[in-house]
Amino acid sequence: MFKIALDKIDELFAALSGNETLYLPIEKSGEIEFYPYEKDAKVRLDALHTVKSAKDLFFPQTENLMNMKLDGKNIQIEEGRHVEDPFVLFGVRACDARSFDVLDKVFLADPVDSYYAARREHGVIVSMACSRPEETCFCNVFGIDATMPEGDVVVWLDTDHLYWEAKTEKGEALTKTVESVLTDSDSKAVEAQIAATKEIMDKLPLKDLDLTRFTEDEMMNIFNDSRWAEMSEHCLGCGTCTFVCPTCQCYDIRDYDTGHGVVRYRCWDSCMYRDFTRMAHGNPRKSQLERFRQRFMHKLVYFPENNDGMFSCVGCGRCLSKCPIHTNIAKVIKTMGVKEHE
Amino acid sequence: MSNTEETLIPKIGVVTEVRVDTPDVKTFRVTAPEGGKVFEHMPGQCAMLSIPGVGEAMFSITSSPTNKEFMEFSIKKCGCLTTWLHQMDVGQQITVRGPYGKCFPVETELKGKNLVFIAGGIGLAPLRSVINYCRHYRENYGTIDIVYGSRSMDDLVDYQEIQEEWCKEAGINVHLTIDREQKEWDGHVGFVPTYVKELGFDLDKIILICGPPIMIKFTLQGLEELGFQKSQVYTTMELRMKCGVGKCGRCNIGNKYVCKDGPVFRFDELGELPDEY
Repeated sequence: MFKIALDKIDELFAALSGNETLYLPIEKSGEIEFYPYEKDAKVRLDALHTVKSAKDLFFPQTENLMNMKLDGKNIQIEEGRHVEDPFVLFGVRACDARSFDVLDKVFLADPVDSYYAARREHGVIVSMACSRPEETCFCNVFGIDATMPEGDVVVWLDTDHLYWEAKTEKGEALTKTVESVLTDSDSKAVEAQIAATKEIMDKLPLKDLDLTRFTEDEMMNIFNDSRWAEMSEHCLGCGTCTFVCPTCQCYDIRDYDTGHGVVRYRCWDSCMYRDFTRMAHGNPRKSQLERFRQRFMHKLVYFPENNDGMFSCVGCGRCLSKCPIHTNIAKVIKTMGVKEHE
Repeated sequence: MSNTEETLIPKIGVVTEVRVDTPDVKTFRVTAPEGGKVFEHMPGQCAMLSIPGVGEAMFSITSSPTNKEFMEFSIKKCGCLTTWLHQMDVGQQITVRGPYGKCFPVETELKGKNLVFIAGGIGLAPLRSVINYCRHYRENYGTIDIVYGSRSMDDLVDYQEIQEEWCKEAGINVHLTIDREQKEWDGHVGFVPTYVKELGFDLDKIILICGPPIMIKFTLQGLEELGFQKSQVYTTMELRMKCGVGKCGRCNIGNKYVCKDGPVFRFDELGELPDEY
């Protein structure tokens, strides 16, 4: 294990961003997101969460797929993808780190999404253990340890040091490039930090959410539960939950006429939107009830059914703090986790 | 293993013939620019067609894979993209990608069986591929009955092929019906579900059905009243799709994606899923 004093942390960021782009939580206009590091950037390692998750780096909000040229009745297709440059993603919390496993299940399943796969290959993940989990956090419910995140390198923070430990080959390679600014360390401070964080986690209000009902056998019972009507009644269908969610992966493919041709791009989409399933002859999810139900059925029942029990939620709590009408997956788990009329 | 880079990036197809089937259905013959088919498929599989700048949507491939020269798509004019497609002339290029989804089990569960095809309106499009495949490998299948209905005589798709080929072939019984009386029509008049019950098929048959949801619903009820099991009835579904490979997240019925787990489903499989289609 290595360490670096926090008052010298810019040396670490300078070393990490020497050869490749370094993304880390940076505050701009009052919002904290993963932005490329630059000198004098307002790095916010203390922030528990960025507004959006880090999925943007592997599955961008919009990306061009191809360019098409029209000439009379003829069409020409040119691939619009650019070769991916290597990058370092620094400061990913345990919940977001797990979300990449969830996204892998979708994008790396046959047929592999090579756009996503290329970014996964070129990205090195430096995850950061939590020291101040908030009351919206419930990653433990999904078997995630906030003090011991997954990642190529894991870092821990205490009041005056950052501790660094490589976990994979990619992580070892990255460590070599920054070794000169790090010094050796034992793990005592980290152990103390972990113990302190666990004490906070034991007091979190959502730590005991019960997922045992969300099984294949209960699919139809949960689907037909009359309580969806009440829960979805106030949903605005704004889609905020899907955009801040680290595991939401639905996308749209659209064309944009540039005046010199057509760019076909893909972009995030939301199952909360009416247009999502609307066809010329009708819409199978007619009201917000169906759309609301779909989102949570997918995360809690359909996805685990197709992926060996892995839930498509990592308990980051972003939807809890961002939903304008304060409805969220924790409420759904609490309600649907218990049989109706019980 | 293919990857999405290839599956999302289409190939070019050229429209080589446009046939006007009904007032709102046209059948487009499509080949690769150098001639021949854009790709191979099996009956029941689909393709994504697009006009750059207009949109992309999933269509069933109505021609049989046994046709080696071209693919055909029967398309009803009902939305933005289909309206554009209906304006195409011969020589127009479109983009094509696929094939997507699972086919009707023509080489397994349907082999050696007596088959009944039930279609309503444009619902004949996906079944036509199977019908012509079974006609090509006639010795592999038992009797073939085709029940086909539409609003009027003018709305029957592929009418010429039905009259000149299917009706004249030994071992194939074609039962046509239209919703309302028409002067020039001397065939059956009435809705498909009622007609199927009147015809009363033997219970050893396998049913393949496609048409408007309401027709499928009542026909299935009628079939069950006749004594058919849900496991004897196949259908093909259509929901909005973007990727075609089970990743864009919109065509699911429960935990099944219509684009990759379907579009062909057996009714006993559908019965275990939420009724959201």
